[in-house]
Amino acid sequence: MKKWWWKVLAVALLLYVVIAGLLFDVPRLVILNETIRVLHFHVPMWFGMILLLLASVVYAIKNLANPSAKNDIFSVEFANLGTVFGILGIVTGMIWANFTWGEPWSNDPKQNASAIGILMYLAYFVLRGSIEDENTKARISAVYNIFAFAILIPLLFILPRLTDSLHPGNGGNPGFNAYDLDSKLRKVFYTAVLGWTLLGFWIATIRIRMRMVQNVLEK
Amino acid sequence: MWSEVKYLFVKELTLEWRQKYAFNGLLLFTVSTIFITYLSLSVKNQATLPDHLWNALFWIIILFSAINAIAKSFLQESAGRQLYYYITVHPISLILAKMMYNSLLMLVLAVLAIVVYGTVLGYPISNSLMFAAIVGLSAVGISSVLTMMSAIASKAGNNTVLMAILSLPLLMPILLLSIKGVKNAIDGLTWADTSDELITLAAVDAIGIALSYILFPFLWKS
Repeated sequence: MKKWWWKVLAVALLLYVVIAGLLFDVPRLVILNETIRVLHFHVPMWFGMILLLLASVVYAIKNLANPSAKNDIFSVEFANLGTVFGILGIVTGMIWANFTWGEPWSNDPKQNASAIGILMYLAYFVLRGSIEDENTKARISAVYNIFAFAILIPLLFILPRLTDSLHPGNGGNPGFNAYDLDSKLRKVFYTAVLGWTLLGFWIATIRIRMRMVQNVLEK
Repeated sequence: MWSEVKYLFVKELTLEWRQKYAFNGLLLFTVSTIFITYLSLSVKNQATLPDHLWNALFWIIILFSAINAIAKSFLQESAGRQLYYYITVHPISLILAKMMYNSLLMLVLAVLAIVVYGTVLGYPISNSLMFAAIVGLSAVGISSVLTMMSAIASKAGNNTVLMAILSLPLLMPILLLSIKGVKNAIDGLTWADTSDELITLAAVDAIGIALSYILFPFLWKS
């Protein structure tokens, strides 16, 4: 019970999110209409991605300070899951944008920035693949991981604010606070952020355990 | 430490001077790229190149010249020489000297590119001082990121393709800010309108330099 309580919590929260997110009453708004429900499935992906990538960087720093196979596996698997969350975020966003902005890709600065972010992490995996020696691989990729994360933060959080974006809360568009008068949305949204992030960490820990076992078997 | 940096910086300059063919090759690469752009667009028959296209092509040319020029900073060093550096100098002096030298190289290439590009494709900039400031800041940023990526690629089997895929996404913030800033310089906006871009560009440069300073020693020990 001590170790897996948060997995039960993740399942419970996500059940609530799926049921409440799809069935509860939502504010009626022009253009958005029912698509506002994407809030519970698209936005949490970005929270999940940033937190998973942050965990990956923390283990990359740990790995530089104190090199070990364990730190390297943690770092790469969190980055892996972070990238998957990023791709899911882009896909869910594109589906939503198709109905509201009229096309899946509208050259929005946040869309572009997140696509570049995904490219950075794909380059990270190519870098890992191109180095044979395990110790060198762990150290070099940790250096690139830290570098990439430090560039990702201004790319995602500062650059889009310098230009007009179609996203809510940017370029004169109202933020979600303005829609959400009865705070019903907010209740489901916060639950969704927590639920999806927990699910991401859960999947990551399963993959980490698999890699650890593989490591032992190979030896 | 600064005497070491100075010594290494002068050494890079001397080396470049003695192997002039490599430097001339870079200049020729930039000029040829600009000429290919010019001939493919065949601007002569049309009125002028639209400003946004001028801006975008200029930065693409700068970007690829830079990757070409700076890729060699670590990739070309032989294993023996790298070992010699490892024993004799502090890694931080080495990266600082390389970054300073590459920034200088980038500035020379950028000035050449502006002169040739401006001559054949027109010069729509109305605020030249602002243009110079943006080119200077981005040259420093691009060269510091590329120097670090060249070091990483040299540890991963001297792969030039790897160098390109590692650095292109990391250079995007600098490039986007530069393109936006130069657009302001073309439109003749005031310094106050461009201060956001200039400050953010300087901040991204600072992030790149600081990270190289902190992380390079870890890269170097092997």
